Amino acid sequence: MQRIGVFVCHCGTNIAATVDVKKVVEMALHEPGVVHAEDYAYMCSEAGQELIHKAIKEKHLTGLVVCSCSPRMHETTFRNAAEKAGLNPYMVEIANIREHCSWIHKNIDEATEKAVILMRAAVAKVNLDAPLQPGESRVTKRALVIGGGIAGIQTALDIAEAGYPVDIVEKTPSIGGRMSQLDKTFPTLDCSSCILTPKMGEVNAHPLINIYTYSEVESVSGFVGDFTVEIRKKARSVDMNKCTGCGLCQEKCPSKKTPSEFNRGLSTRSAIYTPFAQAVPNVPVIDRDACIKFKTGKCGICSKVCQAGAIDYEQKDEIVTEKYGAIVVATGFDMIKLDRYDEYAYSQSKDVITSLELERIMNAAGPTGGHLERLSDGKAPKEIVFIQCVGSRCADDRGKSYCSKICCMYTAKHAMLIRDKYPDTNVTVFYIDVRTPGKNFDEFYRRAVEDYGVNYIKGQVGKVIPQPDGKLLVQGADLIDNKQILKEADMVVLAAAIEPNPDVRKIATMLTASIDTNNFLTEAHAKLRPVESPTAGIFLSGVCQGPKDIPETVSQAGAAAVKAIGLLAKDKLLTNPCTAHSDELLCNGCSQCANVCPYGAISYEDKEVNDHGIRETRRIAVVNDALCQGCGACTVTCPSGAMDLQGFSNRQILAEVDAICR
Amino acid sequence: MKYSYYPGCTLKNKAQDLDQYARASAEVLGFELEEISEWQCCGGVYPLGSDEIATKLSSVRALNDAKEKGQDLVTLCSACHHVIKRVNDDMKNVEDIRTRANNYMALDEPYNGETTVLHFLEVLRDRVGFDEVKKKVVNPLTGKKIGAYYGCLLLRPGKLLAFDNPENPKIMEDFIRAIGAEPVIYPYRNECCGGYISLKEEDMSKEMCRKIEESASGFGADMLITACPLCMYNLNKNNGGNLPVYYFTELLAEALGVKEEVKAQ
Repeated sequence: MQRIGVFVCHCGTNIAATVDVKKVVEMALHEPGVVHAEDYAYMCSEAGQELIHKAIKEKHLTGLVVCSCSPRMHETTFRNAAEKAGLNPYMVEIANIREHCSWIHKNIDEATEKAVILMRAAVAKVNLDAPLQPGESRVTKRALVIGGGIAGIQTALDIAEAGYPVDIVEKTPSIGGRMSQLDKTFPTLDCSSCILTPKMGEVNAHPLINIYTYSEVESVSGFVGDFTVEIRKKARSVDMNKCTGCGLCQEKCPSKKTPSEFNRGLSTRSAIYTPFAQAVPNVPVIDRDACIKFKTGKCGICSKVCQAGAIDYEQKDEIVTEKYGAIVVATGFDMIKLDRYDEYAYSQSKDVITSLELERIMNAAGPTGGHLERLSDGKAPKEIVFIQCVGSRCADDRGKSYCSKICCMYTAKHAMLIRDKYPDTNVTVFYIDVRTPGKNFDEFYRRAVEDYGVNYIKGQVGKVIPQPDGKLLVQGADLIDNKQILKEADMVVLAAAIEPNPDVRKIATMLTASIDTNNFLTEAHAKLRPVESPTAGIFLSGVCQGPKDIPETVSQAGAAAVKAIGLLAKDKLLTNPCTAHSDELLCNGCSQCANVCPYGAISYEDKEVNDHGIRETRRIAVVNDALCQGCGACTVTCPSGAMDLQGFSNRQILAEVDAICR
Repeated sequence: MKYSYYPGCTLKNKAQDLDQYARASAEVLGFELEEISEWQCCGGVYPLGSDEIATKLSSVRALNDAKEKGQDLVTLCSACHHVIKRVNDDMKNVEDIRTRANNYMALDEPYNGETTVLHFLEVLRDRVGFDEVKKKVVNPLTGKKIGAYYGCLLLRPGKLLAFDNPENPKIMEDFIRAIGAEPVIYPYRNECCGGYISLKEEDMSKEMCRKIEESASGFGADMLITACPLCMYNLNKNNGGNLPVYYFTELLAEALGVKEEVKAQ
């Protein structure tokens, strides 16, 4: 028989305002096995843990039930407290009477009754708990970074600087990401390329960093400390070792009509291309969908002009398999498609552009050589209207519910740069709110208004009306003057919402990392573990976790690197002892458990068993403890009840159900 | 193919053209519009009062009539279409209205929004197909530059009417192409003509119509087509005759070669 102590936490008023904690204590004392029960304001505090310590010692407790918040919050805290007092940490059960009870109920009587029931279930489980010993697993001292934008670059550099090898997998032909497409950066207005390209070079030259560009993660298996990842190196059709990056092939390529991804479709590129001049690596790829040689079999000009003999039309995709201890996701973002915002005439007029397109137009290496001009007729715009929050902070399902966070600042930047370079061009910004929290951010915005005379109008635009003469009529509201505005413009710039890279769903599924309704990767704890995924060994860097600007991305990239380094610095990890095992006498070797196991942890052995005096050889399921994550899928699948999960045995679960139904 | 047909009051007097050309065209295109017996006025405006049911009942009667015949319900007038489609949605999805309307009507079997409501243009697009329409055209309106005037009632609320993209529709442009003419896309095609406001604030409606017509002719339209008698009224009244406005069914009948027949009746 266990000697169980029940500890009921008030969590200040979080629990105590809705649950009668004294009543839970009183009821606990009637439960079988319970020899001690008490309540306290903050059980997780030093003083609360001291109460637990004292009770274990004085009452010779063998098991604990803590009625408190979610086990995701403090299970580890209480397990450690128990261990310090000499108890096996797996003899601790949490009854979640906060998230599952007090936070979601209003009626005190009902909430108290539920809290008592949850306590009872936990007591029933502890009664059947047995001490468990965690095993150990090794840590592969190598990190994988998925995505080669500024987030991935910074994370890789920081990890490598700590002495651990890092691989970067980047889908496009070059690292650099969105930041390489930007012209200037707020709030200092330094040129984006000038601060990014040295970092790209640094990553490329770092002896501990290996870059796979034009590559994608194909599959991920294993677990924290010991991931096995297959990387698909897409056929570049150019030999990386031979190519000198002279660029002659791109010059001579006769297929030049493909829209340039880098210039957001505002210019075209050749079929053999590097996305931009400062690409890393400076080795082109052949876009086989656009290449005449691949489409018709005729051409081969690039091969003929290549002095180095680097062109290889026969090259095939290659799968590289590598082991990693930690994986950092840095998959970044894109702008939303504007097909649900036809009132802004983006698809109807060439002079309605997105902010990222403007970024390319303003850039000296962009489609217009850095001259601000209308894409319809090449004329210099004299009136420019910016529309903020296009698809951000959207109340219906047309757009995104969240604030994209970067648009207020980059719009102020665009407005200021245009007023500075083209003083006779008027700039108007329609906004819902101007949000500039950040170091030197509000000062920056005020400079746009006060020093550069940018006209900010609080109100939204209802419609952009292309006129027969090529001008645009912007119909909006001025909420401060309470009047309708009809404003003629030569160019309209839309601050389209940003959304996570669409590939992130696929990657999250491979990593079993959770994502939210907006496809942002979820952090383990919104406040206390913001750069870790709830899945152990997976870390988050940059906009894949939520909208952020460059300074914030770089900070988070560093934080993710530190977390990864912390993991890689360990030689061994303790494994979760709550693993499945099969009962030899019950198992009939049907393979159903192996079929449902997501971790490939189950195999079969022919084993001699002694079934009530009869010796025979049977095919029996065997679980690899190092691979098993204790998900329990096999235990519910097993038709003969042979599979059981330590710490969550079938008997324990049913005892909990019995206690709830009592 | 037979459809239940709800013409509405205006189509029985001011907008007889809209109705007659549609019936004749339907015959050529191989479907029949069977007028609902004893239909009543739809009310002209969808009542926004959440406790209002009296003005929704005529729509419910028409919808239930179609349901009993096992037919889809076809409308032509934008306003009728708007009212009936929205009432149908209420009957399907708003429990309070459904219960009260059914209690009041005391039908043999309660009406729960089972009928599909189709605008005549939707029949052309989704049932007949514009490709088929094109095949039946004997008198293509080649060279005519036509601006489609949608107005607001056909398109909005977009999710509920599910007629077309309210900000960038194309059903009428596809229709114009099917009858051999050239559509002119202009930004004011989905703006309001003023509707009933023209009775009270004539100047406002005038201004709204002026914008529509200037925009359409600016982009090169020779004429406008509409499905709405009220839009027709406002555009004609306010436009100084610069830009002729036709019901889309008249051009359809012309293209199908039955216009003269109807006129002779």
